[in-house]
Parts: sequence; structure tokens; C-alpha cells
Amino acid sequence: MAVKRICSPLDEQTVRGLKSGDRVLVSGVIVTGRDQVHTYLASGAEPPIDLTGMVLYHCGPVAVKDAQGWKITAAGPTTSMREEPYQAKVIERLRIGAVMGKGGMGPATLEAMQAHGCVYLHVTGGAAQYLARCITAVKEVHLLERFGQPEAMWVLEVQDLPALVTMDSHGESLHATVEDEATRNFKLLLDEKA
Amino acid sequence: MLALLKKTCTELPQDVVSALDAAWSSEEDAIARETLSIIRESAGLSRAQSLPICQDTGALLAVIEGRPGVAFYAIEEALVQAAESLTDHGILRQNCVDPLTEKNTGTNRGAFVPQIHCRPGTGPTTIKLMLKGGGSENMSAQYSLPCKELGAGRDFDGVRRCVLDAVNKAQGKGCAPGILGLCIGGDRASGYYLAKEQLFRKLPDVNTEPALAKLEEDIRVQANRLGIGPMGLSGKTTVLGVKVIAAGRHPASYFVSISYSCWATRRYAVELDASGRIAAWL
Repeated sequence: MAVKRICSPLDEQTVRGLKSGDRVLVSGVIVTGRDQVHTYLASGAEPPIDLTGMVLYHCGPVAVKDAQGWKITAAGPTTSMREEPYQAKVIERLRIGAVMGKGGMGPATLEAMQAHGCVYLHVTGGAAQYLARCITAVKEVHLLERFGQPEAMWVLEVQDLPALVTMDSHGESLHATVEDEATRNFKLLLDEKA
Repeated sequence: MLALLKKTCTELPQDVVSALDAAWSSEEDAIARETLSIIRESAGLSRAQSLPICQDTGALLAVIEGRPGVAFYAIEEALVQAAESLTDHGILRQNCVDPLTEKNTGTNRGAFVPQIHCRPGTGPTTIKLMLKGGGSENMSAQYSLPCKELGAGRDFDGVRRCVLDAVNKAQGKGCAPGILGLCIGGDRASGYYLAKEQLFRKLPDVNTEPALAKLEEDIRVQANRLGIGPMGLSGKTTVLGVKVIAAGRHPASYFVSISYSCWATRRYAVELDASGRIAAWL
């Protein structure tokens, strides 16, 4: 399948053009945010940078500072589902262009993605080096003191970061499809003797 | 100690690498194959560069065993210092938050962190280390049988039902393909702990108890028929292995405890000689 190149921040037309199952290469500026950031943003706090169209990456990187500045030594995704209670509000209020993480998200997020034009980009959990390779620079870091290193908002420049669109702005979710199928299989297996 | 901990963080154990290679060979689903390719490539990169396999460098569990008189305290102290030093060097992530202040301690040191268990034994001194990620720990579960909803009684079929339920609920959120450590019996505390300790067993290891060996294999085969696949994106590789231990239970209780570990299962065990150097990798 063809791979689409996209550049963050994304415009709505690009987002609406993405379909579940599309492979993409993400370049541009992305920002990390996980548990504390989501609680913070969903409570109505202003983000330290403009998030319009931005790829918000569910990631708590390992970072180390040397004479040249910050270096990211590992940067895979964290489980997105923990942000399910907050994500829809963040999408609605701050109009982010994509959520990037692992494991997918639930119906509230999918609905907000449809309503406001946002997609879910799935990256492989644990593939911290494969993904860290695509980070070309640490541009800024915000809320570091307040939330600590893994939970801060890291503004990163990335080049050709490979991801899979698994939830789109048209109501499709690969995660929901797999879960429905697995749950059907689970029920059949329950009736089977070991 | 520093070298051992760094290796645990950066080098995926060979038995897990082999299992992922075999899974990649047998997968037919395009997304599953691609996901396993990324996993294998990333683990190779981390090994080559001595950098973390996963950015979640986990919570440290250590089990030290030795004859009475072994300098348990010194080993413990060396381990904590190694963890602090690797945190400073960007190998271990700052993974300890104080729930009172909600501040990250920044050192991987905190109340009851890291978890270090010292046990008297009769053999040579051994140290087992595990770094277990939070995402997979969140997918761990405990069931109290009977469970009407699952039709699970107090028997191995009930155990099987609970475990399949936990794997289905986890979907890709625990970074499948996972490894399951299980404990049948025990109490709520010992059950979880013993289940987690099963993750120290290497994947090819066959349970010495035939009934448990059969249960391990049955659950592995059935869990892989759920169709969840690598990272929950579909496929036939959902679990790489299942390891079970049975513990005595109170007549009133029948717990099934499940410790879910991600594909990036990081653990090593060593035997020390009298001078405290590594004499053998276990």
C-alpha cells in the first residue's frame, strides 16, 4: 500500500483525507503529552504552545541533557486508553490534528475525531529506538518542573516517522473491529473444552 | 551490578528474541508481520546501541537469594545506586512518582521502590532482575472463583476462562504479543507476586508438573486463537508464552492471578561467586 507523507501541524483537509488502514510518514513538529498533560488540558488550562492541527504524541520519553542540550534516548508510545476520559475534550477545545499512541482509543474519542477532524496514528509499543531515530531535534520542553521528565510536554522535530492510521475522522476504528472479532472468538472459546 | 541492570534495560533476552523471530515467520497477516518486523528491528537497534528497548524502562524488581551471611544489604545498596546512576545517564527513565506530592522523585528511588526481595537459600548467591513496564502491569488482573459471569468454576477450566478474559480485555494495550505469568491459589498478595515471578522462567522452559504444563500449552494455544495479534492490530500471535505456578490456597479462596508482561519482557538472572562477581548467567 502507498505511504502518505504528512506534515504536522496538519490542516483539516489532510486529516479528513486519511482513512483507517493508511500508512503515513510524519514529519514536522509534534508535541508529547500523557496523563498529567491530559488532566491539565482537559481542566481548561491553556497549553504552553498552540496545538492547532498538531500531532499530540502519547509518549513519555527518556531524555538526557548534555552540553549540546536535550537528547531523547528512547521515545516509544504509551497506552492511549488512559486518556480516554480527557481526549475528546482536548480535541474539541484545542483542535489537535492527530493523536499518536498505542493500543487505540474508545468511542468518545472516535466521536470527537469525527466531529472536529482528527485521526489516531498508531505506532508500535516498545519500539523506542525505531521511533527515536526519527526525532531530529528537541525544540522546546514545557511543564518540566511541574510534571517531571516523562510527563512534560516535549516539542520535537521529526522526520518520516512511520505510523498507521487506525482511527479516522469518518468513524472507522481498526481497534473496534479487532476487539469485536476477538470478543466473538472469546465467546466461542469459552464454550470449548481445553 | 551496573552492567547487569543496563543489560536488562537494553538487551532483549535471547529466548524472547527467538520467539519473536518464530512469530514473524508464522504470521500471515500483513499488519502483524510489519509490526513484528518493527519490534525486531527496534530491539536490534537498542542492543547495538546499548539504549533502552522501551522508553518505559519499567519498575525494577530484584530477587536476591543466598545463604545466611550473604551481604544482602550491600547487594541491595549496589543495585539502588546502579539504578540511580543509569537514571542520570538516560538509560532508565524517571519512573517513580510520590502519590502524596504527585512529584516525580527523579531518581527511581521512593517509598518501597525499587522492590527488592532478599531470601535465604542453601545454594550459591543468585540475583534476578526484572524491569516491567507500566502499560503491561496495568493489564494484569486477579479473579476470585467462582465467577458467574465467565461461567468459571473452581477448576482448571475456570482458570482458563479467566485468563482468556484478561487477555481479551487487554487487547493491544499491554503491548502484545505478551507473556503471561499465572498463579493459581495463594492469597491476593502472594498470588500477584508469584504470578510475576513466573515471568523469570525462560520461554522454552516446560513446567515440571505435567498438569500445569498442559494448562500452559492449552491457554497459549487458545489465547492465540483470539485474533488480537501484535499490538492488538489482528493476527495470530497474541501471547508468546504462559507460565503457571500453583500455591496452596485457603479453603474459602480460589484466586487466579495474572501478571501480563509485554513483548519487551526484560529479565536476567545471574549467579555470583564468593567475591561477588558474576560466575554464571542463568
